[in-house]
Amino acid sequence: MITAVQFSQLLQSAIVFGTVIMFGALGEILTQKSGNLNLGVPGIMYLGGIAGLAMSYFYELNVEHPNGFVSLILSFIAAFAAAALGGLIYSFLTITLRANQNVTGLTLTIFGNGLANFFGGILNSMAGGVGQISVRTTSNAYRMSLAHFFKIGNIGKIFFSYGFMAYLAIIIAVVMYYFLNRTRTGLNLRSVGESPATADAAGINVIRYKYLATCIGAGISGLGGLYYTMDYIKGTWTTDSTIEALGWLAVALVIFATWRPLNAIWGSYLFGVLYWMYLYIPGLTRSSQEIFKMLPYVVTILVLLRVSMRKKREDQPPASLGLSYFREER
Amino acid sequence: MGNTPAVEMINVTKRFGKVTANDHVNLEIRKGEILSLLGENGSGKTTLMNMLSGLYFPDEGEIRINGEPVTITSPKDAFDCGIGMIHQHFKLVDVFTAAENVTLGAENSKLDIKAVTAHIKEICDKYGFIIDPGKKVYDMSVSEKQTVEIIKVLYRGADILILDEPTAVLTPQETDRLFNVMRNMKADGKAMIIITHKLHEVMDVSDRVAVLRKGQYIGDVATKDTNPDKLTEMMVGKKVTLNIAHPKYPNPTPRLTVKNLTVVDAIGVKRLDNVSFTAYGGEILGIAGIAGSGQKELLESIAGLQITQPGSSILYYPKEADSKGVELIGKSPKEIRNLGVGLSFVPEDRLGMGLVGPMGMTDNMLLRSFRKGKGIFADRKSPKELADKVMNDLGVVTPSTEFPVRRLSGGNVQKVLVGREIAQEPSVLMTAYAVRGLDINTSYIIYDLLTEQKMKGVAVVYVGEDLDVLLELADRIMVICGGQVSGIVDTAKTTKEEVGLLMTKFRKGGNS
Repeated sequence: MITAVQFSQLLQSAIVFGTVIMFGALGEILTQKSGNLNLGVPGIMYLGGIAGLAMSYFYELNVEHPNGFVSLILSFIAAFAAAALGGLIYSFLTITLRANQNVTGLTLTIFGNGLANFFGGILNSMAGGVGQISVRTTSNAYRMSLAHFFKIGNIGKIFFSYGFMAYLAIIIAVVMYYFLNRTRTGLNLRSVGESPATADAAGINVIRYKYLATCIGAGISGLGGLYYTMDYIKGTWTTDSTIEALGWLAVALVIFATWRPLNAIWGSYLFGVLYWMYLYIPGLTRSSQEIFKMLPYVVTILVLLRVSMRKKREDQPPASLGLSYFREER
Repeated sequence: MGNTPAVEMINVTKRFGKVTANDHVNLEIRKGEILSLLGENGSGKTTLMNMLSGLYFPDEGEIRINGEPVTITSPKDAFDCGIGMIHQHFKLVDVFTAAENVTLGAENSKLDIKAVTAHIKEICDKYGFIIDPGKKVYDMSVSEKQTVEIIKVLYRGADILILDEPTAVLTPQETDRLFNVMRNMKADGKAMIIITHKLHEVMDVSDRVAVLRKGQYIGDVATKDTNPDKLTEMMVGKKVTLNIAHPKYPNPTPRLTVKNLTVVDAIGVKRLDNVSFTAYGGEILGIAGIAGSGQKELLESIAGLQITQPGSSILYYPKEADSKGVELIGKSPKEIRNLGVGLSFVPEDRLGMGLVGPMGMTDNMLLRSFRKGKGIFADRKSPKELADKVMNDLGVVTPSTEFPVRRLSGGNVQKVLVGREIAQEPSVLMTAYAVRGLDINTSYIIYDLLTEQKMKGVAVVYVGEDLDVLLELADRIMVICGGQVSGIVDTAKTTKEEVGLLMTKFRKGGNS
């Protein structure tokens, strides 16, 4: 049986894990609500991660007494901007040039992966060799939690032992829910994703909505990469493909959450629990662990099956998801 | 009311590549007036209206609203000018409620559904609409969707309304209701343009008629000074007789006997309930009924596309043999088609069934015959000949037979669809809504083609909407009501009123 302490640990690691993919999924929900299916989420998370890391590395390298808070702001902006730039590339190709969305997204993933690992390798060798890079000051600022100030027990740790970005993700989810369902701009955005011709005839600037939603969405997804490098692996860089794996989980989470930001909150934590559960189940071998790591994807498939069978209209993806829009086309 | 026209279009020209859709058109619409815009398919009516609604931008010419020259480059500009268009294909978001759709794109910044609902109620009371603002569009009937469309443009303060074929999908009762609303709006000083192919509607609702032919403006005439024959002449450019020839085939023989046909849909509702009838070779059997009474299920059952309940039987008697007949239930759609039972179904969305949009006419003809080729290569020669024949016989307006059908105008798409089925020389020909959205001239070409098939001994099953046409064209009419046969009547011995009564009030028997 799992003890209370183990349970608290499982929940904590699940929430840290979940926060990475929650950012990725929230950005992608915003993007998909505009009708753009951006499969470049893993690549965009890579871009966010490497841009944040590089910014804080050069800041810490060139300033005599680096201030963690300043570095945090700079790297945060860099990560968001780099990821949004990835979204802009995607937008230009799919919205303006009307390229195939799936192909463009997959290409962006490969591009982001390659670019980030290229610069990650350079940063590592500048810092003295493989795995040598470390931006401790910045990472500490990111990981600063209430637990540093107060003594909190096991229960408290479940709620208060994280850096600010874990809470930011929840705030973004709630704000996004409110934005999509309660504001006029949100209504307009949803109409663009459902039926761009209708939105256009209603006088909504379809192109602008698609661009903005995709770029801002990409920026939010990129924060997932930033949280991964700064908090999850504590300000270092490894050239494995973990970010890519997490990026695909984020895409799966969008479907799991049936395009609802609030579902993404508990969905991401559930994915986290499923992902880490193998550590707490006794008697697993190395290979049977992998079966457990597969669980989030299995759950997503089950949700897809259920959603498709119930045929509830509200649970379906935006109707024009994946299609490009051209006004004079019949 | 001032004398300034609400809209003036002066020398407006629009070209699509080599095709000139509108050639120096002059049009004027006055306040408190309903103008009918008439023209054959592809004569440029929708294109002209799309320039008012901001979807297209004219290549030449000027548009004036209330005397002021304006530039309309987007739908938003059109709204600002007070122009609202109700499109032939509804522009609504399915997962939104009526209220959400109505307020979509409106300027005021806060989203207050309660206020929107109140405003919608106000509009409904003023003009006599009935709608539930909280209902989701995917739950709505066609007529309800159209109501939402009209409320949408009124909500945004439009006083110039363009209705593109609004009655094509409505029942006669719904059409009457729409026309009443239009008269209320007219009394309120709004200018309206209605595009329709049904001449009796033109005579019924409009004050003035403007006619386009092949992209050119022919002229306008006050409705009270004209009649359907004169209008047709203006439209087509030559005298056309609006009579359907009705020859008798000497000895009709049973071709298709349907017995106790019952179909239950996915959620357990009976779509067809114990339907029995016989279709004869050399006869046109008309099928009348309110939309959604089971017409689609009936035709699809015969074509092998529906799962039927046990006890249903469809016997088919081939042309030559005097055998006992072949049971069609249990056969695949392909086998049924090979027996010579053809189905040409024209759904609301003309490209939805039967044609592949991005392919040309030739390739679409090939879809029916690709199995006939020798070896692994498709025979493209005979489909090309067929495409040319359909193009010439039915007058399809297209740059070439390789031109993507998706980019043809709606009526032309339909000609391709119907022409292809007739060319298969079936022994049972089923068509549904074959003339929906077609102009008067083309409609009569199709009626003639169907009668020609009948005289060849083909059993024609014709699902139609226009009772006047059904009475003239068909030999017998079977009326269905809620999935049951409410009567089979001989067109020589019945009246429009009797058929109308059978459509709505369920009645056993009939004089079959």
